Amino acid sequence: MRILSLGDRAFTVEYASGFDDAARAAVVRLDAAIQSARAVGKLQGVIDVAPTFRSLTVHYDPLLTTRAELEPEIRALSVGAKSAEAAKGSRWTLPVLYGGEGGPDLAGLATAAGLQPAEAVDLHVANPVSVHMLGFLPGFAFMGDIAKPLRQPRLKTPRLRVPAGSVAVADRLTAVYPWESPGGWHLIGRCPVPFFDTSWTQASLLAPADEVRFEPVTPERYAETASALQSGDLSPDDFRETLQ
Amino acid sequence: MTSGAILRIRDPGPATTVQDFGRHQMRRLGVPVAGTLAPDWLYLVNALVGNAPDLAGLEFRMVGPRFTIDADVLRLAVGGPVSLRIDGPDGRREVPPWTASLAYLGETVAIGRVQTGTTALLAVSGGIDTPPVLDARATYARAALGGHHGRLLQVGDAVPVGSQIDAPLLALAKPPDDLGGPIRLVAGPQDDHFEPTAFSDLCGQEFCVSNSVDRMGMRLEGPVLRHLDPSRAEIVSDGIVPGAVQVPGNGQPIVLLADGQTVGGYPKIATVISADLPRLARRAPGDRIRFMRVDVAEAETAARRMRDDLHRAISTARPVGPDGGLDLRRLYEDNLISGVVDSYNPDPAK
Repeated sequence: MRILSLGDRAFTVEYASGFDDAARAAVVRLDAAIQSARAVGKLQGVIDVAPTFRSLTVHYDPLLTTRAELEPEIRALSVGAKSAEAAKGSRWTLPVLYGGEGGPDLAGLATAAGLQPAEAVDLHVANPVSVHMLGFLPGFAFMGDIAKPLRQPRLKTPRLRVPAGSVAVADRLTAVYPWESPGGWHLIGRCPVPFFDTSWTQASLLAPADEVRFEPVTPERYAETASALQSGDLSPDDFRETLQ
Repeated sequence: MTSGAILRIRDPGPATTVQDFGRHQMRRLGVPVAGTLAPDWLYLVNALVGNAPDLAGLEFRMVGPRFTIDADVLRLAVGGPVSLRIDGPDGRREVPPWTASLAYLGETVAIGRVQTGTTALLAVSGGIDTPPVLDARATYARAALGGHHGRLLQVGDAVPVGSQIDAPLLALAKPPDDLGGPIRLVAGPQDDHFEPTAFSDLCGQEFCVSNSVDRMGMRLEGPVLRHLDPSRAEIVSDGIVPGAVQVPGNGQPIVLLADGQTVGGYPKIATVISADLPRLARRAPGDRIRFMRVDVAEAETAARRMRDDLHRAISTARPVGPDGGLDLRRLYEDNLISGVVDSYNPDPAK
């Protein structure tokens, strides 16, 4: 573990430089320990904590505290953090229309793996993926790990516009873009479910530790689902299989 | 107290948004801070119209908006190198920046071109009163969050204003100095990803603000900052903050600004300190920048000193008459002045 400077309002507790299950577990433990400490009034001046795959960034207000004050406390929490019960999230089954207009990179990705597009789809739906972290955009969930043959580096030239709802893969990860944005991931399909809405109790549909399974649907079924979501006959919660 | 003023936007300018200090507690949902690029100026200009520091104002880029007022009277001020003109049936008034003034029903308020840099602010008494979203009014347009319907202002928008605050109109004794010296930064988090010469080049050479500048980030042009291993110009994403200096494979730094994402996959050689970030964020394409390294403790001291400087500027602000002229009667009412300062800073610990 090492502590990295991020200016005068944040620092990052880094457990690994790559993807690493032990590091991810350590992040979850430290996150829980910090939340507990803050709940009883400790760590005054900390204003936010942002976990990632391999590190956790502590944000603080330099008018209320200092790095010199906080760092020893965070180090102690990191060492002392008990392995929390494995956090359990919700399980989701999300419909995806693969290929076609919404998945312009499916064929190329399949070819690179020596597969037919339908085989690539089978691999993407075969195993559930877990939500590792949210970031990049509101409600953007980094999920993994996807099947090895589907792993490709990001596009050399990112697209300036990736449509909202695009289902994408890059390296070992998969995600659904909740908003239109620039993006360098391979687009393989489209999902009609909204992922972020500030009128929900929890603004983001997915949370870390959730498990997601993708389900291929026909264009007809996609259109039906999209319009049922639009009209309110379906709610995003209907795609949740089990509560935690 | 009067209430319910509305700004009717006749010409929004190229990029005008509702902004406050942003969302600082939603990163785990992937929500960027957003908020004004000029928090120091929002703090000051709010004080001039009697507002608490964190009320929302309008932030505009290059040129300010033109609007009419649905209210008997509205207290307002601009912060930044920009002019404010009020046209009404009784003629035209020019109000200098950093000076509170009154505009009346039926008058048209026109804010001019930002003279240096890119960004300036309008504060209205009572603050812009669009509905808070995730605890802030800041606009984050990419996800249509906050502000006025989550977007830049458009012609015809009716922008709501909070209840007018009955406080003396103030003017700053002198405009804040926006040039002052190099931009200070702290090394890391990934300074070890670069050749040793990269950091000395970052701090020893001059950089130029490119044309790619928006609320998300500012691309700089200058000496190439070389990665130790050019084949590893990306990292597994970790947390980033506004001010982070990320360097993609081409070696040209991008400084993340208010709308910058919460995580990123480019190594970050350094982070601009919070006291200097507003000064950098306001720079225009073609401006030349020099960086200087400080340590974390110096950066924290600079943040506290900046807050003290803002308090001092406000405590030496002078009362002015309704049209921006000096109000001698109020100038001699010392109690009134100190009263303003106390209500402005209710918590002396801050």
